[in-house]
Amino acid sequence: MDEIFGIPIPLLFGQLLLGLINGAFYAMLSLGLAIIFGLLNIINFTHGAQFMMGAFVAWMLLSLGSADAARIGLALLLLPLVVLLLDWLWLKLRLAQPIRLGLGVFVSAAWIAACFLENGGPVARALGAMFPNGLSYWWALLIGPIVVGASGVLLERLMIAQLYKLDHLYGLLLTFGVGLIIEGIFRNEFGSSGLPYRIPPELSGAWDLGFMFMPVYRGWVVLAALILCLATWLVIEKTRLGAYLRAATERAELVQAFGINVPLMITLTYGAGVALAAVGGVLAAPIYSVNPQMGVNLIIVVFAVVVIGGMGSILGSILVGFGLGVVEGLTKVFWPEASATVIFVIMAIVLLTRPAGLFGRA
Amino acid sequence: MNATTPVPTRRRLLATAGVAVGASLMPMAPKLSRAQAANTIRIGVLNDQSGIYSYLAGVDGVAMVQAAAQEFGNRGFTVEILSADHQNRPDVGSNIVRQWVDRDGVDMVIDVPTSSVGLAVNQVMREKNKAYVNVGSATSDLTGAQCSPNTVHWVYDTYMLAKSTGGATVRAGGDTWFFITADYAFGHALERDTANFVRQAGGRVLGQVRTPFPGTSDFSSFLVQAQSSRAKVIGLANAGGDTTNCIKQAAEFGITRRGVKLAALLMFIQDVGALGLPTAQGLVMTESFYWDLNDRTRAFTQRVRGRLARNGVPNMVTAGNYSGTLHYLKAVADMGVAAAKASGVEAINKMKAMPVEDEAFGRSTIRPDGRRLIPSFLFEVKKPEESTGAWDFLKLLQTTPADEAFRPMTEGGCALVRS
Repeated sequence: MDEIFGIPIPLLFGQLLLGLINGAFYAMLSLGLAIIFGLLNIINFTHGAQFMMGAFVAWMLLSLGSADAARIGLALLLLPLVVLLLDWLWLKLRLAQPIRLGLGVFVSAAWIAACFLENGGPVARALGAMFPNGLSYWWALLIGPIVVGASGVLLERLMIAQLYKLDHLYGLLLTFGVGLIIEGIFRNEFGSSGLPYRIPPELSGAWDLGFMFMPVYRGWVVLAALILCLATWLVIEKTRLGAYLRAATERAELVQAFGINVPLMITLTYGAGVALAAVGGVLAAPIYSVNPQMGVNLIIVVFAVVVIGGMGSILGSILVGFGLGVVEGLTKVFWPEASATVIFVIMAIVLLTRPAGLFGRA
Repeated sequence: MNATTPVPTRRRLLATAGVAVGASLMPMAPKLSRAQAANTIRIGVLNDQSGIYSYLAGVDGVAMVQAAAQEFGNRGFTVEILSADHQNRPDVGSNIVRQWVDRDGVDMVIDVPTSSVGLAVNQVMREKNKAYVNVGSATSDLTGAQCSPNTVHWVYDTYMLAKSTGGATVRAGGDTWFFITADYAFGHALERDTANFVRQAGGRVLGQVRTPFPGTSDFSSFLVQAQSSRAKVIGLANAGGDTTNCIKQAAEFGITRRGVKLAALLMFIQDVGALGLPTAQGLVMTESFYWDLNDRTRAFTQRVRGRLARNGVPNMVTAGNYSGTLHYLKAVADMGVAAAKASGVEAINKMKAMPVEDEAFGRSTIRPDGRRLIPSFLFEVKKPEESTGAWDFLKLLQTTPADEAFRPMTEGGCALVRS
């Protein structure tokens, strides 16, 4: 059998492919981070927690009929979405800002209190009664990003928006803290041993590629990530909305002077970045263990990807995401012990030689 | 405003807040007067309360120590329990233990999973001459090369797991092995002990791959490497989320369907819950405690499960925390508080001299090297249709009696035994 450095070539091909799959996750998550950083100048350290929330929403949807915790958890996670929709309605009704705020607080308090009633309260019970068999993976792919994205929008409006005047560091500290709190709450509610989530039947099975066994699901992950990355890139580079976004990144005041609602655009951008993280979480649920720490390890690597690609560079984070996945995959063959470190070594080298990152502008 | 009322200045507010924060950071240790302190035994429960191993015991481990202390009651001295999170880091763990002993007057430390932390604390406890009941760590070095007169090792170790799971797998025809090993003290010890059994039984080890710990979530590369070695058995010398991820991904890559067997060398019942029976069925695993083993363990589980916040049923670590605390307190009552506080070695010697008995594990003894001898049980994970209810996951395959389950004392290289 042919070998390269003592490693059989089929094995090497297999590892390249596996690296690409992991790279798909890196690319998807770093894309969200890069968009958020590009426009908001916020290093979103809540990203890992939002990725984890995506996976948990998938589990909750599937277990609506069978687990109390799933019903109650989903009822609570729906709250941001409900608040946002009601607020939009009140805005249409031309209610004054203080009244909207008061109503929002009241609805939230009532909703949360209701979730602590016997059997999870009316919302949780209704969810359980409507979907006794739970909602499948495909629904999760749709609902997960919406629910988690809504929570992101609320987070941006209520907290992050207060920090734009200040140094980057404050945004980093805030999002880091919020991420820790979210993870703590999930750990408290669901424990840390993880929850079972199976590969959807439509995507189970595997192709025999000769040199390796390729699970259908992993192929789907790469495909989905490529589509998402390409779509995001097209929206930002080729559409009018993307042009506004890029313009707002450069000179927000000027764009606003042209009558474009920049604060709304910023909020929605954050929501979209968070939704990308949630899609990643749903995609990850069937292959990684669904547990509150699942985002912690990933977020550090993804942050390194963004730094190497150049802070805020969309194309950079996509290419570097896939590229580093491959590098990591190869390291797992040649020097497994170093596979968790190699990305940071590359980050250090890139920072020393090109401080703005490979695709960033100084 | 009346001039005599103290005005809460901004600075004072800040100072108060600072004190409050500082106080909340300290481990929970109410200050006691000297007389009270002399009659109080302080137990520190050190484990992972937030990371990958927090479900093994974590806050439930603390609750089980409290349960034991409460059931023990007041026999002429009071018991106080402190707890802390070591974050799976040896430096953090040994710092906490130093503070506990030096500042808070802790007399005994219990649990301490994660072998690297368990071994670091082992050094500190010996240096400080306090009693150390290790429940959660797996490394057999605690009663081997690094054994200490201050330490007892309570429910399991890598040798016992290797002998039970490894031995059974080789006997069933799995004679060529490839290891996926967590790259730290525990994984290395588990791999070493299992490889010895495989070779003794006439098997061969074809290779191994060391995976970074913590921080690996994708094991597919390693699994594919293992598969391409053409070994009949992939030995998982890891634990917790690493193990469940490996098993999940091995199923995904069709590795088990092609006839390769997975040997999960350390698995807990909570891991089976995380995988779900459809994925986990057929795996063999070794435990020294299972809630549904006999009337005694069922009664014990019934009594304590209300205290468990996260785990539905006790596992061998949480049950071990209960049993270890109870036995230590019995030894203290027997020898007197003053003597127990004065010397950890004496307290441990007393524990070794007394027969151990409790509801969770029945009767057992402790060897001079600190190893508690209890039977080990080899289980198979049930098929979904065999399970009759929540946590009804395992069926017993075989029992290794207490005197055969662990490494013979002469082979461990423990200095306490040679002298």
